[in-house]
Amino acid sequence: MNPITPIINGMAITLKHLFMKPVTLQYPTERPKVAARFRGLHALNVSHNKAKCVACYLCPTVCPAKCITVEAGEDANHDKFAATYEIDMLRCIFCGYCVEACPVDAIRMTGEFELANYRREDFVYSKDRLLEKK
Amino acid sequence: MGIEILGLPLMYYIAMVVKVLVAFVFVLLTVAYATYAERKIIGHMQVRLGPMRTGWHGLLQPIADGVKLFFKEEIIPSQASTFAFLIAPLIALIPAFITFAVIPFGGTIEIAGYKIPLQVAAYYDTAAGQVFDVNVGVLYVLAMSSLGVYGIVLAGWASNSKYSLMGGLRASAQMISYELSAGLSIIAVFMLSGTLSLTKIVELQSGLGGFEWYIFKQPLAAFIFFICSLAEINRTPFDLPEAETELVSGFCTEYSSMKYAMFFMAEYANMVTVCALTATLFLGGWNGPLATAIPLLGPVYFVAKVYFLMFACMWIRATLPRYRYDQLMHLGWKVFIPVALLNIVVTGIIGFFI
Repeated sequence: MNPITPIINGMAITLKHLFMKPVTLQYPTERPKVAARFRGLHALNVSHNKAKCVACYLCPTVCPAKCITVEAGEDANHDKFAATYEIDMLRCIFCGYCVEACPVDAIRMTGEFELANYRREDFVYSKDRLLEKK
Repeated sequence: MGIEILGLPLMYYIAMVVKVLVAFVFVLLTVAYATYAERKIIGHMQVRLGPMRTGWHGLLQPIADGVKLFFKEEIIPSQASTFAFLIAPLIALIPAFITFAVIPFGGTIEIAGYKIPLQVAAYYDTAAGQVFDVNVGVLYVLAMSSLGVYGIVLAGWASNSKYSLMGGLRASAQMISYELSAGLSIIAVFMLSGTLSLTKIVELQSGLGGFEWYIFKQPLAAFIFFICSLAEINRTPFDLPEAETELVSGFCTEYSSMKYAMFFMAEYANMVTVCALTATLFLGGWNGPLATAIPLLGPVYFVAKVYFLMFACMWIRATLPRYRYDQLMHLGWKVFIPVALLNIVVTGIIGFFI
């Protein structure tokens, strides 16, 4: 087989690529556009100034990584609410099953992906930190 | 003519020092920015950006690399042969630089009534009225490029590490086998030129408006010489001596700090030299349109040709994967040497009848 043609073809391809627009993203200055369905940090949805969560325990049950801790409480109207709602981001695998399982649409996932922290405790997100920011 | 030292005018010494400095600084800067250009070009060929952070579009990257390597810890392995270990980077680096002495990078220019040929190892004899240079310039280049291999072999052997030794062995085998075909392909050029002096070879290519290049008469020799030179200076696709995937870093595995930087500089300086030599032998050196009329245009053409060839080296590196060792030897001994010999025979027959 002629060994020269494939080399010339390859050189042509690399030369063509030289003039293509690079795909590199200059990360800290340029940021990626996160897709609408991106599964990042969780957020607890709010309605009438309080979390929609009714502490039904479906999310910790369905969670394959067992990273959600929920404790139920009872408010003045004898309604159930989540007294504590914690997600351990070191265990979370961002599968989104909690969102799928939720019957009252109380939890969703945001495009937030920069979750680095300095201490292990900081990775356990409490209810305050998870409540959606307005 | 003014003051004379050892029978030569003062201007001779000034011109010599200036030429040495200019050539040396040119090679040094080209070496530094060749690393940057290589990373940029290969980056863009892989649809990446390459260095972007240090300075505008990463322009200070070579300086940052140099400073970083300079301040790294010097490590000499306890089992290494210290003297050979220390001297090896120098042996690799110095021949790479001094080869440039015989390469003409421009025509003869006249400053204050004194004619200066733009070639480090050459001077214009006013009494004889002609340029004298090293009349076996090509032999000198071949000798120096084969000296460079000693640095690599010594580095491989003195490191006392199996990867380094393998790298050194591969380097010696590869360089010796490719030097043969590179030398044989240059012989075809000598048969046309009838001289070994690089100045004369460049002069002979000045016809046809500066385009009577030997690459048009000897395309096969030019091709073989360029490919063999790539193999001789251990560039991809022939970078077996430092094959990262197999040998960690080959002969320079045990080197750190400036000594490692020296091997790197030697590699790139060799690339500059080989590209300059290819430009001189086959692409007409500093010849080009109007080069004889405007003397300062000569170095411009020469640098443009050298940079084009260096771009070709980087282009080849971005395209081709590394050869396997047996393929390398097959290519060197069974393809290039017979073809180069055939080229000599055909050149001889044609030359005999014309």
